[in-house]
Amino acid sequence: MDPRTTVINERLSRIGRIIAVSSGKGGVGKSLVATTLALTLARKGCKVGLFDLDFTSPSTHLIMGVKDAQPKEEKGIVPPVVKGLAYMTLVYYSGDQATPLRGEDVSNALIELLSVTQWGELDVLVIDMPPGISDAVLDLVRLVKRIEFLIVTTPSLLAFETVKKQVSLLKDLKVPIIGVVENMKMNRTKNIEQETEKLGLKFLAEIPYDLKVEEAIGDEKKLLDTTLAQRIKEVAASSITQ
Amino acid sequence: MHEWALAEAVITAAQQIAAKEKLKEIKEVTIKVGELQQVEQDILRFALSQLKPASFKNAKFHITKAKTTLKCRVCEHTWLFRKNKLDEDTAEAIHFVPEVAHAYIKCPKCGSPDFEIIEGRGVWLENIKGVR
Repeated sequence: MDPRTTVINERLSRIGRIIAVSSGKGGVGKSLVATTLALTLARKGCKVGLFDLDFTSPSTHLIMGVKDAQPKEEKGIVPPVVKGLAYMTLVYYSGDQATPLRGEDVSNALIELLSVTQWGELDVLVIDMPPGISDAVLDLVRLVKRIEFLIVTTPSLLAFETVKKQVSLLKDLKVPIIGVVENMKMNRTKNIEQETEKLGLKFLAEIPYDLKVEEAIGDEKKLLDTTLAQRIKEVAASSITQ
Repeated sequence: MHEWALAEAVITAAQQIAAKEKLKEIKEVTIKVGELQQVEQDILRFALSQLKPASFKNAKFHITKAKTTLKCRVCEHTWLFRKNKLDEDTAEAIHFVPEVAHAYIKCPKCGSPDFEIIEGRGVWLENIKGVR
């Protein structure tokens, strides 16, 4: 048998909340929301970890402008503290190389990192998920008992259609959903808010499309000065640390 | 010392099997270690000896090494992984997460990074023997 899965929940046992930031489609700003949420919680005084599980298209290291960080080896892997976060990413090992992984490889890499990473004591672990409802989501739900999801969408009904499928899956698997964030909003309609409520979920925030966000990539201080960060701060206060 | 985390997983998994099979004392544990992960067997063995609980007091740990066979999904060429063909940093990256092999290794025949790890990936608990 594969022995690794037996220690995963022990590795995560000293973490208060484990929040997967997820989306049905790519390009909705999930990594930006995940990173900003982690940084915001850390600035509020919480002990926070950020785990980039988007193995084939990682971007949280670019968002924060991470350079030269490396985990320490100590009875497993201890994530380095980067910008105030215990930060783990496959980029430590894959560098800038394209890393094409099929589903089975994604599962194996995910199990490896969950079983050897020594997170220690954290208030919150934020996980930046790959888009969709394939292996990474299914494995995380299967292996991490206390996982909760925070879903990101855009105002597009195309994006929201995939959210519906994701919500349906998570409900079937009895996984708690914190709520839905509507990102990159460019109109005043309440479609997504109403649709979210129809699903019986909490509508957490609408985040206006903010040109400053692109300019802030690579600089976490600038990122925390955007409207996105302001709205995420409100979400953190109302739904994460309350 | 990443081997400690893997040893801990082996002990936990073996304990779970022992409980399921109602084994009171464990006599033998057989572990297969795939070459791709380049696990240091001495460290793994030492970690196992330090981590083993009372019911494993007299247990012998057999560690066998498995060659890593890779198969290209494009041209179906099959070949064996060789650590000595990699630089130190790449070998170390693959040691921590064997799947990053896909970032560095390509099919020697057609150059595709789309290959399958047929066998010999990492640590595998093969068998345990004990008494009820």
